[in-house]
Amino acid sequence: MILAGAFSDALRFIADNPGLLAQKALEQIELSAAALGIGLAVALPLGIVLGHLHRGSSLAIGSSIVGRALPSLVLIGVFLTVLGIGFVNNMVALAVLATGPILTNSFDGVDRVDRDAVEAARGTGMTGAQILRRVELPLALPLLFTGLRVAAVTVVATAPIAAIAGGGGLGDVIVNQASYRLSGVIGASICVMILSAGVFVLLLGVQAAVTPRGVRLSRVRSPRRKELR
Amino acid sequence: MIRLAAGGPVIPNFGHGSACVTGDHVFCFDWVRAHWSDTLEPALVQHVELTGIAVGIGFALAFALGLAAHRLRGIEHPVGITAALLYTIPSLALFQLLVPLTGLTWTTIEIALVGYTLVILFPNVVAGLRAAPPDVLEAALGMGLTRRQVLWRVELPLAVPAIVGGLRIAVVSTISIGTIAAFLGKYGLGYPIFLALKEPTPFKTEIYSAGALAVMLALACDATLILLRRLLAPWAAKRLA
Repeated sequence: MILAGAFSDALRFIADNPGLLAQKALEQIELSAAALGIGLAVALPLGIVLGHLHRGSSLAIGSSIVGRALPSLVLIGVFLTVLGIGFVNNMVALAVLATGPILTNSFDGVDRVDRDAVEAARGTGMTGAQILRRVELPLALPLLFTGLRVAAVTVVATAPIAAIAGGGGLGDVIVNQASYRLSGVIGASICVMILSAGVFVLLLGVQAAVTPRGVRLSRVRSPRRKELR
Repeated sequence: MIRLAAGGPVIPNFGHGSACVTGDHVFCFDWVRAHWSDTLEPALVQHVELTGIAVGIGFALAFALGLAAHRLRGIEHPVGITAALLYTIPSLALFQLLVPLTGLTWTTIEIALVGYTLVILFPNVVAGLRAAPPDVLEAALGMGLTRRQVLWRVELPLAVPAIVGGLRIAVVSTISIGTIAAFLGKYGLGYPIFLALKEPTPFKTEIYSAGALAVMLALACDATLILLRRLLAPWAAKRLA
């Protein structure tokens, strides 16, 4: 009874405050997009180049281990002491969270492309850059997208925590029970859930649409044991 | 379990500290020494408890469910997608959604953490149990092993690397998500950070020391699990991550 009451109150809060929630959601998307953009700009080229050269696997592995071990609250706290309260510190903290999965997956994706395919391409006279662009990147697409998806979901799902460091977004409502009461807190939590699930589904869809058919087929056929480690 | 709650105020006293503390310098070892036993140590112990209980229950559930689902065909892909979708639920939102049910309690936190652990571990257990090559299974059956014997003597040992791999992610993620428990109350290593961030000028030493403890705890657990996998499955020690 109490439970049903709490959730119907929350749904009423959502119905009564679409403007507020939409504005907060937009803030959260802006913050997440900025962080993800920085993460991509730093980690994607680095991972692809290292993977192409088959160098720096310890960097890729290490960044995934350390990246996972860094709690978002710690990152936000640490960057707050360095960069002050507000948008920038949260953006940097979330960007750091994003780099781990992007770097590891882009490195793995390019590094593990079938050597025979690369050799064949070299045999036809392709240069290193051509091999990267026309053979390695298309074959690495599934893992590149996995990295992007994991990073995007992590950033969007973590962004509400940034509210305690002036990050704005739906987290503002979640951490402010005094103003919005429990109905607002739960209503905003529901919105946050929908937002991150939406990002996940959207990126799965984009991945399916962008992946070349040949790559998809080979993925289904090849044994997936490698991923299990 | 609720040592922190009973432990009295943990707010740093800016008025009576050393010059380092009152000036909020980069890192004050004297503050760490002075507040190790009343703030940092209880928070660390509590964080270990929080993680241990969550991963323990989550692992038991994931293992039992994994064994049960092992023989069902065609569930690997739907399970993977569903788990990934459930894992997108932001921790702060999940904690808050459980509050009407179980209140601002230890139980609320553990339910959420067990949920995340389960969602990470279950697909790994299922995938691991299926990692045994078909010819190995054929050979085992040919030698006269029963289904049950095949499971315990062939499939399970071969699943160890995948299961330990899942455990590593589960433990490290639980330690990380555990810091968010501070939004509900005086729980874990996140609480000193949470308190410091609520101050008009956040006290750096408190954030850095509690944060470093959380990161070191996660890395130590990760290293221990890598060691465990080397012991249990020495053939799979090729790759670290």
